[in-house]
Amino acid sequence: MSADWKGAIDCDVHPHVPNIDALKKHMNEYWRETVEVRGITAFESVAYPPNAPITLRPDWRADKAKGRARADTDAGRTAAALMDRHGFAHSILNCLYAVQLIRDEHMAAAFCSAVNDWMRAEWLDRDPRYRASIVLPLQNPELAVEEIERCAADKRFVQVLALAMGEQPLGKSHFWPVWKAAEKHGLAIGIHAGSSYHHATTGSGWPSYYLEDYAAQSLAFHTQLGSFIAEGVFVKFPKLKLVLIESGVTWIGPYLWRLSKFWRGVRLEVPWIDRSPIEFVRDHVRLTIQPFDAPASGETVGRLMDQLQSDEMLLFASDFPHWQFDNDDMMPVGIDATLRKKILIDNPLATYARLV
Amino acid sequence: MPLDDPMGPAITTANGKGSAAPNRLAVIDGDIHPAVRSMADFKPYLSKRWWDHYETYGMRRKHGSSNGEPYPKSAPLACRRDAWPEEGGRPGSSLRLMQEQHLDAYGVEHGILGPLGNTGQGEMNLELSAAMCSATNDWQRDTFTRPEKRLKGGLVVPYEDGVASAKEIERCGADTDFGQVFLLTRSSEPLGSRRYWPIYEAAERYNLPIGFHVFGTSGHPVSGAGWPSYYIEEGAGHSTSCQTVVTSLVIEGVFERFPKLKVVMIEGGFAWAPALAFRLDKVFERLRSEVPHLKRRPSEYIRDHVYFTTQPMEEPDDRRHVLDIMDWIGWDKLLFASDYPHWDFDDPFRAFPAGVTTEQHRRIVAENGKSVFRLN
Repeated sequence: MSADWKGAIDCDVHPHVPNIDALKKHMNEYWRETVEVRGITAFESVAYPPNAPITLRPDWRADKAKGRARADTDAGRTAAALMDRHGFAHSILNCLYAVQLIRDEHMAAAFCSAVNDWMRAEWLDRDPRYRASIVLPLQNPELAVEEIERCAADKRFVQVLALAMGEQPLGKSHFWPVWKAAEKHGLAIGIHAGSSYHHATTGSGWPSYYLEDYAAQSLAFHTQLGSFIAEGVFVKFPKLKLVLIESGVTWIGPYLWRLSKFWRGVRLEVPWIDRSPIEFVRDHVRLTIQPFDAPASGETVGRLMDQLQSDEMLLFASDFPHWQFDNDDMMPVGIDATLRKKILIDNPLATYARLV
Repeated sequence: MPLDDPMGPAITTANGKGSAAPNRLAVIDGDIHPAVRSMADFKPYLSKRWWDHYETYGMRRKHGSSNGEPYPKSAPLACRRDAWPEEGGRPGSSLRLMQEQHLDAYGVEHGILGPLGNTGQGEMNLELSAAMCSATNDWQRDTFTRPEKRLKGGLVVPYEDGVASAKEIERCGADTDFGQVFLLTRSSEPLGSRRYWPIYEAAERYNLPIGFHVFGTSGHPVSGAGWPSYYIEEGAGHSTSCQTVVTSLVIEGVFERFPKLKVVMIEGGFAWAPALAFRLDKVFERLRSEVPHLKRRPSEYIRDHVYFTTQPMEEPDDRRHVLDIMDWIGWDKLLFASDYPHWDFDDPFRAFPAGVTTEQHRRIVAENGKSVFRLN
């Protein structure tokens, strides 16, 4: 592949917290002691089993024989694999350390702060091309707002991060103080695939296989999108941008046709929604392109892109280090040069106000 | 209506009967909802023990409401305002009105019933669930399918108890009055789980398809994202539940184990299916070592085993988009359904966008159902 990636903005890169000691450095004495006295070893979820094929591309895995750690634990190696190799302008870090699993909201806030400060020290300070999302203790919206206020002065944070599966749908007014703070600071809201596992991962309970958990992520995005629209978040906060990260793109058109048809039928229930859901999505919602959920057929992809009825909705993402593609095949077939440039550069710039 | 379709929609005359144009399609309607006038209609079909139990404790499902809905509908009982019988009772409870207003008016040759409400499905007391399901099937037969041969019953089973469900299929499955086994999408565990396999084994044996109709009370929110606030979200979310069902059936290996099984996804629309198949194929490519019981790609199982009723039709601004979807699913896999007597009713002659050819329309409305539902 000799495709030109220069200047691209990679909107989904995952730095991996190597161990709890890395976070302890960024905790106050009380929490350091808590971690030690209570024997807390980690908060890691089952979302990415370390040896599952999807979790790490083979060339980014740890290699014990060579004494090499996994590539996503190191800012330099990650930069080499992405920004150096391809000439990307920026990589946006979405740390998936599982702070969402924590039931104690104070502990969640302490771990979020530690993760955010770890990203600053070990990633953002190491390479000026990195940008990051603020990890939030959404267990308690007040604490989440405090974390935004604590981090927002650092312009390298361009987004706040939530997972697709939490306690309750993210459009509910319970979370509005958080979205208000995000809007105030020009931070996009990123919802990433993943779960707090406070609910089963499907609407019919827990499935048998990991594959089903991963597939079910897109269904949680259906719920989140419906929630943001029906609750009127975009009416209340008209400057917000919502980015749906790591769960495909081809599901959104069909869901919006259904949602918009229902809206025509039952809009008496949500009178604050003064436009079709499709219009809100075109103005406010963006999706990252990996994993791309379509066959490798240019003709089919072309038709699917037409369903979006917009060339502004898709954002480039490598989803490093997850194994979504081989070699440098990060862009699906069937994307023409004009759309490609929008996905790589223009759309991310228009989405992340703090990038420019 | 398709632009090139010479057959117009039914013309309703002053007496409520449809016109009898000789070249009208003989419609197969995959989703008609019969109803009881009141719960007393079930009494003759329940033992004293279970009637007394019902009278004393009522029904208990995993949503906590004994009367009323957690997501109130946008119309009483979510029904068409013109579907309330003059003689009283709920929409769907009058065979006479159903015949006049729907079967005759639209030239329905076969209508497949899907009983909803207090049918025993999802009831937490499994013995009560089984007794109510049996009562529902017997009532359905006496009230609808025996007097009206155009109607075929939906064999309701107490699906949270797979063994009891198989027994109910044994009890009724040989009766040609039943055209499908009827389940709801929101079950307590994903529907590919082994606890439900006795249902699939029995259905396959009796050559009955499984109809998975939206709704049900799993006790879980519609997805892992939690409980939404509004009926619009609940309604739109049914397509999400359908995807949970199809994913589970495919990935847990139901179609490997029961290769002759056919399933019909009812009232969840269909436009979601290609994106789901693309997604499952993509994930399968990477994670197939976890599911070695699957011999083919997920999309291939879907293509061979899963049918979709079309109501409520998705309506994109550009109709070519839904035509692409229908193309990808396969014109042999789509089945017309009206959802009579509910408010979001689809008309067999008006629901389909221009661009659906006469032949494609004929297959969806009058042909495909013959090889799916057990219509003799």
